[in-house]
Amino acid sequence: MNYEISLITTMAIAVMFALSLNLITGFCGQISLGHAAFQGVGAYAAAMLGQAGWSFLTTLPLAMLLAGFLGVIVGLTSLRVRADFLAITTMGVGFLFVGFVRQQDFFGGELGISSLPDHGLGRLGFMLLALLMCVLTAALSIYIQRSWMGRVFSGIAEDEDTMRVLGIDVPRYKLAAFAIGTSIAGLSGSFYAYHLNFIGPDSFGFVESITVLSMVVFGGIGSVPGVIIAAALLAVLPAWFQVIGDYKLLVYGGLLFLMMRFSPDGMAGLTKRFFKSNPMVRGKQA
Amino acid sequence: MLALELTAQGLIQGSIYALVALGLTLVYGLLRILHVAHASLFTLGGYVGVLVCNASGSLLLGFLCAALVAGFSGVMMFRLAYQPLLSQPPYVALIASIGLFIASEEAFRIIFGAQGMSFMAPPLQQQIVLGGGLQFKLAELLVMLSTAIIIAVLAWLQSRTRVGIACQATVSDPQMAESFGISLRHVRDINFFVGSVLAGFAGVWVALLNNLVEPTMGSVTSYKALAIIVLGGLGSVPGTLAAALLLGVIESFGTIYLGNVLDRNAIAFAFLIAVLMVRPQGLFAKR
Repeated sequence: MNYEISLITTMAIAVMFALSLNLITGFCGQISLGHAAFQGVGAYAAAMLGQAGWSFLTTLPLAMLLAGFLGVIVGLTSLRVRADFLAITTMGVGFLFVGFVRQQDFFGGELGISSLPDHGLGRLGFMLLALLMCVLTAALSIYIQRSWMGRVFSGIAEDEDTMRVLGIDVPRYKLAAFAIGTSIAGLSGSFYAYHLNFIGPDSFGFVESITVLSMVVFGGIGSVPGVIIAAALLAVLPAWFQVIGDYKLLVYGGLLFLMMRFSPDGMAGLTKRFFKSNPMVRGKQA
Repeated sequence: MLALELTAQGLIQGSIYALVALGLTLVYGLLRILHVAHASLFTLGGYVGVLVCNASGSLLLGFLCAALVAGFSGVMMFRLAYQPLLSQPPYVALIASIGLFIASEEAFRIIFGAQGMSFMAPPLQQQIVLGGGLQFKLAELLVMLSTAIIIAVLAWLQSRTRVGIACQATVSDPQMAESFGISLRHVRDINFFVGSVLAGFAGVWVALLNNLVEPTMGSVTSYKALAIIVLGGLGSVPGTLAAALLLGVIESFGTIYLGNVLDRNAIAFAFLIAVLMVRPQGLFAKR
């Protein structure tokens, strides 16, 4: 039973994390190759505050706040550079975070931080809280998608210049996307730290940023149910198949490539096309 | 004295960056694709070079095979992976490329082993003393020299031969170039081939300098090369060259003076971000 609880917690954290990137990259079209850095900020904040004697629940809002604050700063770069340049800049932010944390003894340096205090919720309680946060994140995503803000986001993703012409305050919405997305990433980071009871600079490196991006891409960029399913699947695959555990990166990399090559809109796109080409529903199409 | 030594080390590193980044720039200038998987050709070149050199005893043959294998793999990669994605938004090719790169890194690990490979009798390791107390390995001098020669030859090819001019025409206006009878397919193949040959070549040099090839040797180079072409103003060849050498020097100074705050990669990217915030179009872009 303990194993299942741990597995579900891992899934919940991954889904939270993937949904947070989906808000930025999926809804608002701002590609980020350094999203793991914000999970890292949340994780380090929670771990350091925890060791300083704060209780787990009080560290959560602070970790979110800090990650969101840094997220807005990084979001400012998206006002300056676009598309390919933004991808490289956010990748740089990821390397900057890892390179900075690695050299500071204050953050545990290369060895990271281990032996966090107990969160005091019990394994089951921790899992339920993670699941609750995960459901809240999904609900928030769907709410945003249907709100005015979500429409502006997809407008920016489609054609930023047109949105400017329409008199939309594009920078404000971009920063909002970064703020919401990165603070949720910070939240998932605090859960991550307490769940694994160990964090180090390499827990939040480029590979992790790509892993979460592959979850979003695999599910279908911008599709909430797609991203949830993909994140949950990709998070537990390595645990279920020890074979894949050893070749995890080969599988991730291969999946990412094949998905882009044959279905750039992910599983969501695959299912959509499946139903479109299905003779039962084709009537409407023609 | 230290400054001179650091500059020299930076230039050596910068030459390697330049060789790798030039291929990326060629591809970006032509297709607007950020070709992350380029660095897997660099790793491939390193492995082929070491294997051939160990088997035949000839370093020259090693270089030749590495360059050719990398070149043809590059063209294959373009045909199979990128060509079908050209009509998609740019992030599609970028993500596909990252996926390809990660998978190939793992494939190298599985095929050649995680601990890497070395030359049995590492060539070009003689120490050469220059005036002013500077001391280099022969390989270090040769890497700078050969980079300079290659770049001069490339510049000559690009401006003085029909093929080179066709490439330039295609970069500035593909439709117009095509209507003048230039085959886009050939130009793209040639660009990928030349860029990949340079990457394979650089791979062998790095293998010589460190006397080691490992599955992950491409990763840092790959991301750094992206930083370089962005710094150089995407698609600009002279800009890329200048940015590569500059970044090499900044890194070698940075690791000495900033080493206890940031690690080597972080210094490179901190510089990148700082530059982009001031000049979003890159250091040397014309626009």
